[in-house]
Amino acid sequence: MLRRAAAVVAGEAIALFARFVTAPRAIWSGVAPESVQRVYFANHSSNGDFVLLWTVLPPHLRARTRPVAAADYWLVSPLRRFVGRDVFDAVLIDRRPEARSEDPVAQMVTALDEGASLIMFPEGRRNSGDVPLLPFKTGLFHVATARPGVDLVPVWIGNLNKVLPRGEVIPVPLVCTVVFGAPIRLMPGEERDHFLARARGALMALSEVGT
Amino acid sequence: MTADLPLLVLFAGVFALLAAATVVTEAVAQRRPGPVTQNLRARVAAWWVMVVLLALAFAFGRTGVVMLFALVSFAALREVFTLTVRGTADHLALAAGFFVVLPAQYVLVWTDWYGLYSILIPVYAFLFLPVISALRGGPAGFLDRVAETQWALMLCVYCISHVPALLYLAIPGFEGRGVLLIAWLIFTVQFSDVMQYVWGKLAGRRPVAPALSPSKTWEGFLGGIATAAAAGTGLWWLTPFGPLQAGLLALMVTVMGACGGLVLSAVKRDRGVKDWGHLIGGHGGVIDRLDSVIFAAPLFFHVVRWMWSTT
Repeated sequence: MLRRAAAVVAGEAIALFARFVTAPRAIWSGVAPESVQRVYFANHSSNGDFVLLWTVLPPHLRARTRPVAAADYWLVSPLRRFVGRDVFDAVLIDRRPEARSEDPVAQMVTALDEGASLIMFPEGRRNSGDVPLLPFKTGLFHVATARPGVDLVPVWIGNLNKVLPRGEVIPVPLVCTVVFGAPIRLMPGEERDHFLARARGALMALSEVGT
Repeated sequence: MTADLPLLVLFAGVFALLAAATVVTEAVAQRRPGPVTQNLRARVAAWWVMVVLLALAFAFGRTGVVMLFALVSFAALREVFTLTVRGTADHLALAAGFFVVLPAQYVLVWTDWYGLYSILIPVYAFLFLPVISALRGGPAGFLDRVAETQWALMLCVYCISHVPALLYLAIPGFEGRGVLLIAWLIFTVQFSDVMQYVWGKLAGRRPVAPALSPSKTWEGFLGGIATAAAAGTGLWWLTPFGPLQAGLLALMVTVMGACGGLVLSAVKRDRGVKDWGHLIGGHGGVIDRLDSVIFAAPLFFHVVRWMWSTT
């Protein structure tokens, strides 16, 4: 009970801090902020990506939306565990295929079956290079195959990599945009690579919106 | 005599104006719905919020006013740096602008250290921030980068900080009423912006700078400046000035305000953006609303200091 209250307060504090630093502007360009189960998939260029996406969701959606995140990052200290588990209610996946006991796709599907929406970063790791978007890993395809009825919403997070570039400690406050695009779904019989290219294209197309 | 009564009268007047604007806007929106009236409604709603925020800051005295404008500077700097940031070489210099220069400037204003806050950014930030950029990165676009950072700090921190600095002028017979100078300045300059918009919409024909902005017209400029200068003159009783002096100062700040709108339009046009941001519904960013105050405040501060203040 106390832990739950602390998590709510911490969540609001984190959202307030994110707003202070980035004055985020949410642009719902292809989809409305409605109570529909979704998988939000976004570009990943900063550690703050899912925090920002989570911040701009209206509270009624935020409560039911769980980021998919790396267990090796979020379970190393009690504070991170509290933030990862209690505040964001993250679906924590093990990134080491050889050592893990649980299948990440199965974990995500379980979360969907429990009614949650998900936040995913299909690039699989943080993009700190010059290309705008890395090739997608296959996770998004497997989730779409398992639950083809769920809308997959592309979300472009703009400018956040300039707020805190790799290797910097102090964030520079800059205005960021979060663009929500039109949902896509796996088409019947669609090949893996075709689907992933289509999903990546839908996300890339949003990078031009709102700039 | 304190500032309370004149301030109450002014705010009552502004609230009456806003109430009238709300009624008129709603009536127009009923008859002619569309994007222009929708924007007008958002603008009026934002005015209510801004006036209430200003009133709250005034209620908290000097510290409240200094804090409010420090936050305004922060939001404004965030908007300019968003348009100028490139690469990571300047990251630390920009962070220093936010977390060292900005707080230092406002602490100096708050402690009334005029000798230092009037040169902190033009001299010390000017000399030292480029050193940080030079130590951390290559020469590509160096002059552009450091010049943009300096420009941003001058606009968003240096110029804006001259608004709360007005509280500290020592004007004989006007002790403890510096807040009225701020109220008069902001009212006159912002009223000029509003009237330029109104005159421009009603009678605007010849653009001032067609390459920069089609909506800025000579008719809007002159009509807005004349109307607001007349209003500023009529409010001379708020200030330590006589009616003629108030009229001349109102003319000065409204002309400077119009210049600020023009110059900052040129910057926006150069960067290919329509607004500086999106923080103030209907208006755009903080700088879209404050461009006129940014240009008017330092000049107003210095003229009043030279001619009326004993410090």
